[in-house]
Amino acid sequence: MNAIRKPQVRRVRIKELLMKIIFLSAALFSTAAVLIICLFLFARGIPAINEIGWLNFLTGTRWKPSDVPPSFGILPMIVGSVYATGLAIAMGGPVGILAAIFISKFSPPKIRRFINAAVGLMAGIPSVVYGYFGMVVIVPAIGNAFGVSGASLLAAGIMLAIMILPTIIQLSVSAIDAVPATYYEGALAVGATHEQSVFRVVVPAARSGVLSAIILGVGRAIGETMAVTMVIGNQAVMPDSLIHGARTMTTNIITEMGYAVDLHYDALIATGVVLFVFILIINFSFSILKNRGIKYDGS
Amino acid sequence: MMNQEITMEEILGHDVARDFTDEAVLDIPAPLSDKIAFEIRDVDLFYGDFQALKNVNMDIRQNAITTFIGPSGCGKSTLLRCLNRMNDLIESCRVEGTISLYGENIGGNNIDVNMLRKRVGMVFQKPNPFPMSIYDNIAYGPRTHGMRSRAKLDDLVESVLREAVLWDEVKDSLRKSALALSGGQQQRLCIARALAVRPDVLLLDEPTSALDPISTSKIEDLVMRLKSTYTIVMVTHNMQQAVRISDETAFFLLGEVIEMTDTKSLFAMPTDRRTEAYITGRFG
Repeated sequence: MNAIRKPQVRRVRIKELLMKIIFLSAALFSTAAVLIICLFLFARGIPAINEIGWLNFLTGTRWKPSDVPPSFGILPMIVGSVYATGLAIAMGGPVGILAAIFISKFSPPKIRRFINAAVGLMAGIPSVVYGYFGMVVIVPAIGNAFGVSGASLLAAGIMLAIMILPTIIQLSVSAIDAVPATYYEGALAVGATHEQSVFRVVVPAARSGVLSAIILGVGRAIGETMAVTMVIGNQAVMPDSLIHGARTMTTNIITEMGYAVDLHYDALIATGVVLFVFILIINFSFSILKNRGIKYDGS
Repeated sequence: MMNQEITMEEILGHDVARDFTDEAVLDIPAPLSDKIAFEIRDVDLFYGDFQALKNVNMDIRQNAITTFIGPSGCGKSTLLRCLNRMNDLIESCRVEGTISLYGENIGGNNIDVNMLRKRVGMVFQKPNPFPMSIYDNIAYGPRTHGMRSRAKLDDLVESVLREAVLWDEVKDSLRKSALALSGGQQQRLCIARALAVRPDVLLLDEPTSALDPISTSKIEDLVMRLKSTYTIVMVTHNMQQAVRISDETAFFLLGEVIEMTDTKSLFAMPTDRRTEAYITGRFG
């Protein structure tokens, strides 16, 4: 009996081992990709920053790569990114959270399905299409309203607010849906209305998840490139007004990467390093929040 | 001369003889109040096509502990959830017949369900404190009903925590998360939370089934204390628990109330063979 079964067992073992190796390499591949990107980015970016000088690079307000001697100060772009992202969160955050509350707790199933489909579609629209929408709708609207060209921080902020909605809505809906029904029932049982239960118990219980959604929205907004390029006006100067043009870190890279050489080229990669550090901070706070999230199983 | 005419009654301001009577009957349970809190008449309840309650009739006495017993799925929790209209949450649920609280039909469309639930509090099987501080858990209900004064809330929180025999354990950690409490403490907190809106009736849906024996006995002691102030209706799977604490017991089977009477009689001499079979452990 044993003599017959053994080879079969061995074959199964080899197959299992093989599959394990395949799974492992798939997992390693993504990790390796991140590491390699990191490596190349920092390997070219850090020496460039050293050459320009950290203070000059990070706090310099002049970006004149073709001047003699050139200036590589990216503070205007950092500020531009922060402003555009801040505007996007200020507008998209509340809308997204309220939409999520509606979807999760107030919408009849039919409407919920419809909105979910629409939000899912929103997430799938390519950013260049958003950019086109921004160019033909948002920019002229701002131009007409304020008597300026319209390509501005405000246009970028509004467009980013729309673009981060799917991220915020979908993650907030999952967070709110994950709150145990027993909290809701417990609130009703002391005589609270549906609205009071939702806003004073259920949503606060989902707060860490909702905050995570906002943080991922920040990540999406700060990294968005194409659509922003199309509406922000792209002037490498300190933003002085929301309705004037500005430039973000991402648009800085994409605008000049095509023709930059030598230190200019490396300075653009160094801009990418700064952007990457921002993303790292955002992801780090996201994972902290996720771990600090409420364990719903009380007992 | 007049002085000699003065009786003890005049001195003490009340009937002395009654004092002695009271002492004499101290060991005998006080007679049940004749007042009826809930009158349940001809109640049928359907989940879609499934009939979960069949022609239920019962009176639930004020300031008594009434327990519902019976095998799983017999409708005891369903009836409990009718008493504060928690079944409204289930879309396919339809109730026929009338349930009155102190003579007022609670089934009507003109009833403010939130006010009903304020009067008829509920504690659930699994402790469900909100993920906020102990203080805020208790204050949630009163705040919802408009109590804003800090001093009043402080007083209320302390007094209901004392009522729920939890004050001494948590008085130094009112600002800490309620989720850090043990399961038994959480359940007493949930009882305190229910008491904080000053209900008339307290519904308990298997309040100790998720708890260890020591926590269970604390809850049982608490429930027995509370009956002097509140009317209590409790679902339990634990027949010993029903015997230990309840005044009246209803036995449910397949959506029908087979028998309801005072607890001692029900367990000592059940009139229905199915009740006897259940309480002697032949099924369920």
